[in-house]
Amino acid sequence: MRGDVHAQFAGVTRVYPGAGGHTPVHALGPIDVALHKGEFFAVVGPSGCGKSTFLEVLAGLQQPTAGTVTFEGHAVVGEVPDGVGVVFQEDASFPWLTVWDNVAFGLRRRGTAPSEVRRQVDDALAFMGLRNFAKAYPSQLSGGMRQRVCIARTLVLQPRLILLDEPFGALDAQTRLLMGDEVLRLWRTTGATVLLITHALDEAAMLADRVGAMSARPGRFIEIIETGWPRERDSTIVAEPTFGEITGRLWERLRGESLKALGHADLPPAALAAE
Amino acid sequence: MTRAGWIRLLVIVAMIGAVELACRLNFIDHRVLIPPSKMATALVAMLASGQLNDDIVRTLGVITIATTLSVVFGFALGLVIHALPRLRAALDPFFATYYAVPVFIFYPVMIAIFGLSLIPIVLMGVATAIVAMIIATLNGLDRIPRVLTKVARVHRMGRLATALQLQLPAAAPHLFTGVKLSVSYAFIAVIAAEFILAPAGLGRAIANAYADFDNRRMYALMLFVLVIATVVNAGLHALDLRWAKRRGTRPS
Amino acid sequence: MSATRRALDTIIIIIAIVLLWQGLAHWVGETALPGPAPTFVYLAHFVPTTRFAENAAATAIAFALALLLAYGLGLAIGVWMGAQRLSGEVGEPILITLYSLPKITLYPVILLIFGLTLSGKVVFGAIHGVLPVALLTMAAIRNIPMVYLKAARTLRLSPWQTIWNVLLPATIPEVLAGLRIGFTVTLLGVLLAEMFASKDGLGFLIINAMTLLQTKEMISIAVVLFAFAAVANAILLWIEHRLHRRV
Repeated sequence: MRGDVHAQFAGVTRVYPGAGGHTPVHALGPIDVALHKGEFFAVVGPSGCGKSTFLEVLAGLQQPTAGTVTFEGHAVVGEVPDGVGVVFQEDASFPWLTVWDNVAFGLRRRGTAPSEVRRQVDDALAFMGLRNFAKAYPSQLSGGMRQRVCIARTLVLQPRLILLDEPFGALDAQTRLLMGDEVLRLWRTTGATVLLITHALDEAAMLADRVGAMSARPGRFIEIIETGWPRERDSTIVAEPTFGEITGRLWERLRGESLKALGHADLPPAALAAE
Repeated sequence: MTRAGWIRLLVIVAMIGAVELACRLNFIDHRVLIPPSKMATALVAMLASGQLNDDIVRTLGVITIATTLSVVFGFALGLVIHALPRLRAALDPFFATYYAVPVFIFYPVMIAIFGLSLIPIVLMGVATAIVAMIIATLNGLDRIPRVLTKVARVHRMGRLATALQLQLPAAAPHLFTGVKLSVSYAFIAVIAAEFILAPAGLGRAIANAYADFDNRRMYALMLFVLVIATVVNAGLHALDLRWAKRRGTRPS
Repeated sequence: MSATRRALDTIIIIIAIVLLWQGLAHWVGETALPGPAPTFVYLAHFVPTTRFAENAAATAIAFALALLLAYGLGLAIGVWMGAQRLSGEVGEPILITLYSLPKITLYPVILLIFGLTLSGKVVFGAIHGVLPVALLTMAAIRNIPMVYLKAARTLRLSPWQTIWNVLLPATIPEVLAGLRIGFTVTLLGVLLAEMFASKDGLGFLIINAMTLLQTKEMISIAVVLFAFAAVANAILLWIEHRLHRRV
């Protein structure tokens, strides 16, 4: 689907400066890509390729070394723009607050009226299936539930761009599939633009409108594949033949990159070597 | 050495230098503090003359005895308590509050019972150090991975072999931490006891020098005690670091 | 294991300790070590006296001031060393070394500077307490998960909101542990000062009783101090556990 451009990367590179005798690390780029309003964009690539850096630069948590990042027409410089929500890989729920207080946190800091806070938080908790756990503390919940709390805390601020940095990394495969359905539901209901970082090819192929395959470090997009899925989709599309083709194509592009990331030279696939 | 290490060295040298200068320029009265260089020269002279030998032997000897008793009995008690979970649960609140109590307040009671001899001082050292060893032993035994006993059974090892070849090495880092703490606590306790009341020893010597207004002697002895304490503790810590590096863990 | 069973076990241990005390007293003789009963009888008479009250007050004042100094300085140093990476790297080994030194060796210097006054006791107590407070506060700040700071930025909190709403609650449990240990060692420092050279205070009373061979007074004061330290520590531990439940 092609809406207006929501966020744009133009010639963006990110080099981590060397500290204490280490050489600088060219982590990302150059990247040129545009995210369209309301689309679901996934980024896959081997470990350490720069996917998280890509997300953090877009969020304003890191500054690009070269190039510009724009969000809704304005340059992103050093601080997180209004309208951007981020869910991190690590558990960012605050252990000293209840689930309810965690979700209310951002709204309260903004100075929203208490009645409005109550309404929004109750809605978000109901949406994420956390209503029965409102009074619990994060330490009493499973990893998946805690991530739901973090998602709810982000959701409640009604972001127009939602960034998810490998949010399901710590979860088992079945839970991941179910959480994938949740994210799709979220995406459809909010109409936000979603960027998902993941190392799981099948997850990217299943959830996204477009999948960017990122090379080993320094991360660049080797190919951006359009999946062509309808907006009303869920995890059952793993049964579709197209799913297998997309996943296969991603692996074809990324297999060599993954080997590079592991430190091996590019080995030929077993099928060819057998000939 | 790392950058932080150099800065640290600079800071320490600068502070000692500042004190030295302040003393020499009479910003600090010589009746209160003598220049560090004079402390060092006085100490070297006293050591060379051999007049400190008795006190040194006595104090270090008492510390060694107290530490050894604490480590051996602390370990043994730790083993026993670990094997009896009910006893351990009952003793838990005591271990938690043990170090909250200034055990020192019982030193005069011990003098009343045992007289002014070595015994109350050794007891003070043991009382302060042994619980640290017990707690460290309990922690070490807790942290032996269960999978090790399974590996032992796969290799058909007997109980003693399992204990000596697998369990002890696995618990060793924590046990060594216990030894480190025992040395440190015994040192502090013995010196403090000697300060308050003892027939002889380095602590007693410092207290006497203070009472006699003999600053030179007092500061030389202080320097000696502080240097020995630093060297011993640093040495144990360096050992701890080296062993931890080999195993890929961080020392506590 | 149920809570009542554990409480019962603890009571059994307490009874065992008291019986041990009684046995020891019987073995060495009442003049050397008074048994539990005579001790508590003496306590009942002694505590209400003005002599006890005056000296207890002297210790209490010195202790309170030393604690204030130790906490204030310790927290400041700890926050600085925790937040400023280089100062932490440089300073931590120095603090750890100082922590393991027998600080009683420095007391004569303090006496030379301050004389036999309240300030001397306060400073001596404080130098004991500063170290664990600083070290544990520093560790608490260093241990704040990076993701909390990133989350604070994505929630667009002001610097003050980040400190007050995220950093402070995240560090409180560990800082509290430091304050608890600081409490203990500061008390020890003040008492040691009183036992070595002082003209008032409970530590002074103990040594005084020893020189006069008043064993009952000696052990009574020791028991009072023991009870105070144990109860105070239990309270601080309880507060710590209530906060830790959530972490």
